[in-house]
Amino acid sequence: MAETEILVPIDSEVDIISARRHGRDLARSAGFSLGDQTVIATAVSEIARNILMYAKRGEVRFRVVNDGDRCGLIVVAADRGPGIADVDLALQEGHSTAGGLGLGLPGARRLMDDFEIVTAVGEGTAITMRKWRGK
Amino acid sequence: MQVPILKQGSYLIASIQSSLTDSDLCQLRDALVGQVGRFRARGVIIDVTPLDVMDSFAVRTLRDLAHMTRLRGSETVIVGIQPEVAFAMVQLGLTLRGISTALDLEEGLAFLDSRTDEAHGRD
Repeated sequence: MAETEILVPIDSEVDIISARRHGRDLARSAGFSLGDQTVIATAVSEIARNILMYAKRGEVRFRVVNDGDRCGLIVVAADRGPGIADVDLALQEGHSTAGGLGLGLPGARRLMDDFEIVTAVGEGTAITMRKWRGK
Repeated sequence: MQVPILKQGSYLIASIQSSLTDSDLCQLRDALVGQVGRFRARGVIIDVTPLDVMDSFAVRTLRDLAHMTRLRGSETVIVGIQPEVAFAMVQLGLTLRGISTALDLEEGLAFLDSRTDEAHGRD
């Protein structure tokens, strides 16, 4: 499969729906099960909302990678928002500075196979997460 | 995208038609909490069958809605959560603790009938 990247700008609530739809569509075309498509769409929904809540705007990028006989879907959520001062705290379940359930980041991490945060206060945040396609 | 709310006997039925934004969900919550009083509804059914994602915001809003309508004397039951959506919700760590759910509309109506003892209240 050719490596194409899909970019979805996040700037308003409808973009959250658009991002998860793109994630689901790409997962479907890459052969992910309906269950995994839903898991990916749900994780995307959480991190896209995080962008909107904390950074106001940003983007979510999707691409499919093939690593040997494995196929994975990579989601990168990037913004130039305030950054995360305490990543460990942000990944704690039930912790929210925006009045949410505090399940956004820890929830997305649990849904996906790999999850990585690169962030700097005042500069922004980039979250990379990956789901491998089941055999 | 407004969610149509139907009145059937002493129940209100909200049938979600497609993906909802966060604002749509809040609007649905506010509309139902208001209409429970206007129509003196004893029960509310929210059919989420077309939802292909239930994330933390959706769950929180539906949970709030159920608790608010209960404070207004009306029982809410959520019906139609798809199997893969249930799977993702559990993996995400979301629960609908304290909220009634049923498989589909028919089961939801039967549940409300048993809870409100109003089986005679509808055809």
